[in-house]
Amino acid sequence: MRDVAVVGVGITKFGEIWEKSLRDIYVEAALAAIDDAGVDHLDSMTVGCMTGGLFIGQEHLGSLLADYLGQKNLAASRVESACASGGLAFRNAFIEVASGMSDIVMAGGVEKMTDIGGDGATYALAAAADQEYEVFNGATFPGLYALMAVAHMEKYGTTRDMLSAVAVKNHHNGSMNPYAQYPFKVTKEGVESSVMVASPLRILDCSPITDGAAAVILTTVDIAKKLGKPIIKIIGSGHATDMIALHSRDDITTLKATTVAAEKAFKMANKTIKDVDFAEVHDCFTIAEIIVTESMGLFAPGKGGEAALKGETSLEGSFPINTSGGLKSKGHPVGATGAAQIVEVVKQLRGEAENGRQLKTNPKVGMAQNMGGSGGSTLVHILEVD
Amino acid sequence: MVGIVGYGAHIPRHRIKVEEIAKVWGADAPSYKKGLMLREKSVPTPDCDTITLSVEATKNALKRAGNLDPVEIGAIYIGSESHPYAVKPSGTVVAEAIGAVPDIHCADYEFACKAGSEAMFVALGLVKSGYIKYGLAIGGDTSQGAPGDALEYSASAGAAAFIMGSENVIAEALYTHSFMTDTPDFWRREYQFYPQHGGRFTGEPAYFKHTMGAANAIMEKSGMKPQDFAYVVFHQPNGKFPQRIGKMLGFTKEQIEPGWLSPTLGNTYSGASPIGLTATLDISKPGDTILMVSYGSGAGSDAFIWKVTERINDVRDRAVRTRKLLDENITYLDYGTYAKFRHKIRKND
Repeated sequence: MRDVAVVGVGITKFGEIWEKSLRDIYVEAALAAIDDAGVDHLDSMTVGCMTGGLFIGQEHLGSLLADYLGQKNLAASRVESACASGGLAFRNAFIEVASGMSDIVMAGGVEKMTDIGGDGATYALAAAADQEYEVFNGATFPGLYALMAVAHMEKYGTTRDMLSAVAVKNHHNGSMNPYAQYPFKVTKEGVESSVMVASPLRILDCSPITDGAAAVILTTVDIAKKLGKPIIKIIGSGHATDMIALHSRDDITTLKATTVAAEKAFKMANKTIKDVDFAEVHDCFTIAEIIVTESMGLFAPGKGGEAALKGETSLEGSFPINTSGGLKSKGHPVGATGAAQIVEVVKQLRGEAENGRQLKTNPKVGMAQNMGGSGGSTLVHILEVD
Repeated sequence: MVGIVGYGAHIPRHRIKVEEIAKVWGADAPSYKKGLMLREKSVPTPDCDTITLSVEATKNALKRAGNLDPVEIGAIYIGSESHPYAVKPSGTVVAEAIGAVPDIHCADYEFACKAGSEAMFVALGLVKSGYIKYGLAIGGDTSQGAPGDALEYSASAGAAAFIMGSENVIAEALYTHSFMTDTPDFWRREYQFYPQHGGRFTGEPAYFKHTMGAANAIMEKSGMKPQDFAYVVFHQPNGKFPQRIGKMLGFTKEQIEPGWLSPTLGNTYSGASPIGLTATLDISKPGDTILMVSYGSGAGSDAFIWKVTERINDVRDRAVRTRKLLDENITYLDYGTYAKFRHKIRKND
């Protein structure tokens, strides 16, 4: 396997981007990544998108996006793993460069979610759950994560305070991210008086519906050196799935796919969680961040909430989580999220995070955990400054 | 001097509270109350429609206009999205009821929630051109909102009538400006009972963009700034939007307050900013300038700058004040009675 580095990153402003279409926002992110990398061509492109079909009635995105990017005849494909589509695109691009099949590959993600109403978006997102056993019976993602939250509270004594701490922290971080959908702070009282969605989850426990795109350029470390950009090496990649339906799992207070994917990534990187300085994780709901930080081995089972409450995962904490603002504040264009996480990890490792959210600890190793559905698929990547 | 020579409003006495609607649909009442700043809305009785509301409002306008002979009214324009007939004008009935027929021009207008201000603009223009002596402009609705939809919490009933003329003017029209684009945020197609809307799309690119566009343009045209106005009246689809646009443009709560009726009135659609203007005129003093900006989905805004004359002191209490209509003699309905009043229950003939 060849050593692979990320040499360029690009992202659009996340939000309700009514004046632009899916192709427009993807091209915007892709061109920003190409400019950042300084590459003069691409050998291939892989794009994560959860459901262009249900959101905007558009499939065949590999061709569409290569076309609008002006990359005639490019080997371009679209991959799907629900909300982990962007992470999967990144892994596939990594494999392609590492294997020697291609030298310069773009991995991107995009989702255009606001062209349909709330009901339509709920229907489209629910396609990531088990349609026959969960969705037909009325389950939605807030409902499924609410079940996980209740179980976690029952088993470990996780509290409302702890969920609120995650939302407050991520909005604090996101308030410094110019690309965030909701770049403002929220208070504990604000979170706890916000509208109830699925008990115990309130609207400020939930990530929003978002339009957005992100793209990164991967190449060999040898080519990266010639480009003269800071070299951020991909040292670990882990991918795992789990039973898609929540009721099929042995324990809904943990996310097994995250545990397995993280173990694989650590093994490839020859590192442990103690060697990692910070992480972007998939906080589609506040409870998800708590469970993920436990499942990836950062905290013992049942201790994730307490750690968040104590500030251990804040910007100044021992292990900062979601310096970008996470899905909660930055926004969650589902197919783009995995790629957007890589953008943040690279910015932090380069020392380029905007507006005071740059970690002061001179981080060397960062991690990204991206998850589909209620945890039915997970991608974990570990990146290191070369 | 051309402007308003008579004005009046009408609001039905029945109300339904947000909690009563939310209870039926299992919805979160506090979120509507806090998020949209809505507490209750007016409800028309079964025999009340845009025509009857228009007649009542016009009678109040005629009272304030003094000894005006209705046959001198050269045009009647009613803006509404709930004209009782799809084909057959509302204006003919109202003109007949007030004795303004037969030498009169008549048209019904429709432009979502700004049809009322359109009627005002055209009536004003015809008076100014000298084509007619007086023009009657009405904005009124028995608004439609699908059961269970967010609109059901706001869609209400009411009307305001303005007689435009050039003698005995109460409020002179100093400037007007209209601002419009093709923005499909809210619509109802033929054969549909209730309008559909684009959810959050009705906010930023629709209401805020157009209200802002019209307000900024008329202030530039007039060389006036927010602090130059005594009061401002915006279209009020809920309680929150007019407060937010006011803040965005630099107006104070005190400037907005008199015309801000939606928290307890709801959204009277074509009647919304016109009724707000009547409530503002009720408390205004000679010399006050008032900015009014309507908004209609589809989408556009009409802006007016009015300057109140000495005559306001003589006429404001010749008819019932709008605040009194809103705050007094109220009857609350349960959802069942409301559903009956709004003809939501199907019966055999």
